[in-house]
Amino acid sequence: MAASQTFRAGHVFFSQRMARHFLPLTLLLVGCASAPPASSAAAAPSTQLPASGWSEDKQAVHVLNRLAYGPSPASLAEVKRMGVGVWVESQLHPDTVEDAAVEAKLARFHSLSMSTAERLSTYQPEAKLAKERGLDPADPEMRAKLLEMLPMSALPRQMGIELVAAKLIRATESRRQLQEVLLDFWFNHFNVAAQKGAVRWMLPSYEQEALRPHLFGSFRALLGAVAQHPAMLFYLDNWTSTREGFDMAGALRSVGATVPTKLAAVGKLGLNENYARELLELHTLGVDGGYTQADVREVARCFTGWGIEKPRQVGTFAYHPRAHDTGEKHVLGHTIPAGGGMEDGERVLDLLAESPSTAHFLARKLVQKFVADEPPPALVERVARTYLETHGNLTAVYLALFQSPEFWSDQAYNGKTKTPLEFAVSAVRALGGTTYGDAPLIKALDGMGEPLYRAQPPTGWPEVATPWVNAGALVTRINFALALTAGRIPGTEVSLPPNAHPESAGAELDALARTVLHQPLSETTRATLLRAVGHGENDVMPDGETRPVDPTKVAGLLLGSPEFQRQ
Amino acid sequence: MSDVLDRRFFLKSTGLALLGLGLAPGFLQRAVAQETRSRRTLVLLFLRGGADGLSLVPPVGDAAYYAARPTLALPRPGLEGGALRLDAAFGLHPALSSLLPHWQDGSLAVVHAAGLHGATRSHFDAQDFCETGTPGQKTTPDGWLNRTLQQLPEPSAGAFRAVALQGTLPRSLQGSAGAVAVEGLNSFHISGKGGLDSFEALYAGAVDQAMRSTGQEAFEALRTAASAELSQSPPQNGAVYAKTPLGRRLQDTARLVRAGVGLEVVATEMGGWDTHVGEGAATGQLANRLRELGDALSAFAKDLGPRLANVTVVVMTEFGRTVKENGNRGTDHGTASAMLALGGGVRGGRVYGNWRGLDGPGLFENRDLAINVDVRSVLSEALQATLRPPDLGAVFPDFTRSRVGLFG
Repeated sequence: MAASQTFRAGHVFFSQRMARHFLPLTLLLVGCASAPPASSAAAAPSTQLPASGWSEDKQAVHVLNRLAYGPSPASLAEVKRMGVGVWVESQLHPDTVEDAAVEAKLARFHSLSMSTAERLSTYQPEAKLAKERGLDPADPEMRAKLLEMLPMSALPRQMGIELVAAKLIRATESRRQLQEVLLDFWFNHFNVAAQKGAVRWMLPSYEQEALRPHLFGSFRALLGAVAQHPAMLFYLDNWTSTREGFDMAGALRSVGATVPTKLAAVGKLGLNENYARELLELHTLGVDGGYTQADVREVARCFTGWGIEKPRQVGTFAYHPRAHDTGEKHVLGHTIPAGGGMEDGERVLDLLAESPSTAHFLARKLVQKFVADEPPPALVERVARTYLETHGNLTAVYLALFQSPEFWSDQAYNGKTKTPLEFAVSAVRALGGTTYGDAPLIKALDGMGEPLYRAQPPTGWPEVATPWVNAGALVTRINFALALTAGRIPGTEVSLPPNAHPESAGAELDALARTVLHQPLSETTRATLLRAVGHGENDVMPDGETRPVDPTKVAGLLLGSPEFQRQ
Repeated sequence: MSDVLDRRFFLKSTGLALLGLGLAPGFLQRAVAQETRSRRTLVLLFLRGGADGLSLVPPVGDAAYYAARPTLALPRPGLEGGALRLDAAFGLHPALSSLLPHWQDGSLAVVHAAGLHGATRSHFDAQDFCETGTPGQKTTPDGWLNRTLQQLPEPSAGAFRAVALQGTLPRSLQGSAGAVAVEGLNSFHISGKGGLDSFEALYAGAVDQAMRSTGQEAFEALRTAASAELSQSPPQNGAVYAKTPLGRRLQDTARLVRAGVGLEVVATEMGGWDTHVGEGAATGQLANRLRELGDALSAFAKDLGPRLANVTVVVMTEFGRTVKENGNRGTDHGTASAMLALGGGVRGGRVYGNWRGLDGPGLFENRDLAINVDVRSVLSEALQATLRPPDLGAVFPDFTRSRVGLFG
């Protein structure tokens, strides 16, 4: 396949640093007629975008809706100042984007900079803390009693509070918006849930060490980092999976180690297929990706021994050779010879990352995320081809999306419904707000149905609108909009622009609508809003003064409106 | 989904009018006919944490029970702190005493021991499997209650057709059929004066079809709730609810039943059942939970009065606990537990399930109460007695139910 078909040679000016990072791309470009200019001196690198016929404003709003958590006044000004293509290019290289203010704001979250082992020793499980203090862990008042003896910051809840707060702060205020959007996407793709056992102690490491370093790299590297991470090994039970009949208690006894009573009671261990199944179904090939139950079992055999070093004390990856099934395996038509060790699993990941099924499955999900709930098949096909040609280079895949005519089509503009997270954060951003990620904002998201880090099934949160659009959730969204604009979400503040048109309610309404919705109001909506704030077009008091419209009320209505639920 | 919403919207706005003109297509006629006959309401109460069935309904006739639980076993009926007699083999935990009259009048039944074949001892996975109804299948996209609703015609006034009285929609109600999650009727309103009218007008003009029809649903529900003053509606028949979370939720459920808003399914939950340490016997932690449960259920039954004939409550948990008490005077995660059924259609006053004792075949992996009845068999019968979905095989795929005979 010719490189020019995928990349439309010359449309992309790669920075030198990018070329170093993405060798396959560079190789592809070598053969192209129009290589990037040797020196672009002052000109910042820019992603070439297809002609959309849109105004620059509309383009800027669209990229901020899709590559960011919605436009804020500052980000909109920035995109327009830089130019849309330059901004997109900078977002693809987050380490070139200065973000010190947000990093400083996160410094107070001590649990996030600890190792998993430090978190395990600093934040002991509540039941253990209670027992040590003579309290009954099943007592509904236990936590209250415990908090009389200990500060809240000593309980494991503190880790969750800090993790969620950091996510909300970054989503709202980070200038590396695409990075945060992609972290959320890939976390959700490789979902783990905080409420399962030891997972919550492992989550900061999962994000920082398994996901973040690979968001713009190769999918194979991302897949491998996830496969080896204790959060995933615990969540999908692979750490308990061993070759059939493995006598772990006996093995421990033979080296003179104490055998935990639970383990002694279980007896011989065996295969657990949980991770193998989700690896094929959810992480790579997709449910229709052409694997069988026999493949699931063989893949599970390959990953036996991939475990965790003392999950409740150390919590790092450990390979246990004695638990590994060293027999010959047959995975998707390939033979993995007998006598292998940990590399059996790596070989499976190689096969999966190279599979056309994986390319199509990932392409479809990404098109759903960035373009439309019903992905245009031709675009899925092109993005999958890019994936295969670049051996899963994710930046190349993102570019294929952002440079597609489908991304810049009128159907795509405001064509997706916001998830609760996207809605809440975009509302704060629309009014130039800031957040400390305090409890009221977190609770609001719980109420809208997206408690962060607590998606229970391995499928994560839905990417499409359907599950999010229901009556109860809508009422919660509307009440959130009203509470936010009225200053009733402590720890999260918005700044309403000063009333620029005291002489005309209609003009003020139009100005606020431009700021929040970035589109003119329909006549009926405009009339509804004027009625709602108790005004006619120019409401004159008996003394001849005009009554200024209350921007709080208007902003609440705009953020709760159906238009603002879309992006 | 948009098809579903379109159809729902269409049905609501045009169904009756077309019928009046004799022009209604067949599916509309069926839907409207269905609506005019009064349907029963199924209330599903999930005890999260793994409730100890051997303390809820202790096998007081089984010597092995007393051998396994030296400090936790409930004394035999008649003794101090003893269980309440159900029959020769079983007693009821004394903290559930307010439910005893319902046992005696035949509206309360017990299933012992119920569990989900193929489930696990992880709360996380076991709850998930109970709610999807597909043990071992983690990627099932919808819940068994939602799959039931998908098979039934949309009622014409569906705002409160399926309600989760809890903050978020439980997995059992997730799926393409509409369902509302409300923490409580008290908080189900748009804050501020005039907000409801303004937002209703805004959503009536929404370009996006799903937004428009969901908005219509939401505002219909809000107006229903407001006009019937649902959140203010007082309990009837002298019922008094304790001010507990479950009491409030069941009180709201009774309000919705009385208001005649087309309620078909309610899902709600109660936590605090994970009694690893200091479980207690006639008094103590578990007894406190059980009192909250029993008192809330009996207040609900009293509040509904004769209406209870059209409401069926099923109480379930994700797994039972170990037969033997552990070293902390508690119990660990086990397998089977007890289920309760209360209300309309229940052939009460009996313990269902072929009890196999607490040793030998009644014991699973030498530690847990073994499963005598699959939870899905009980839920299937509850559905047949209430909502009557035409295809139970699609509600619980790959499952062959066995007859329990719980409903008459």
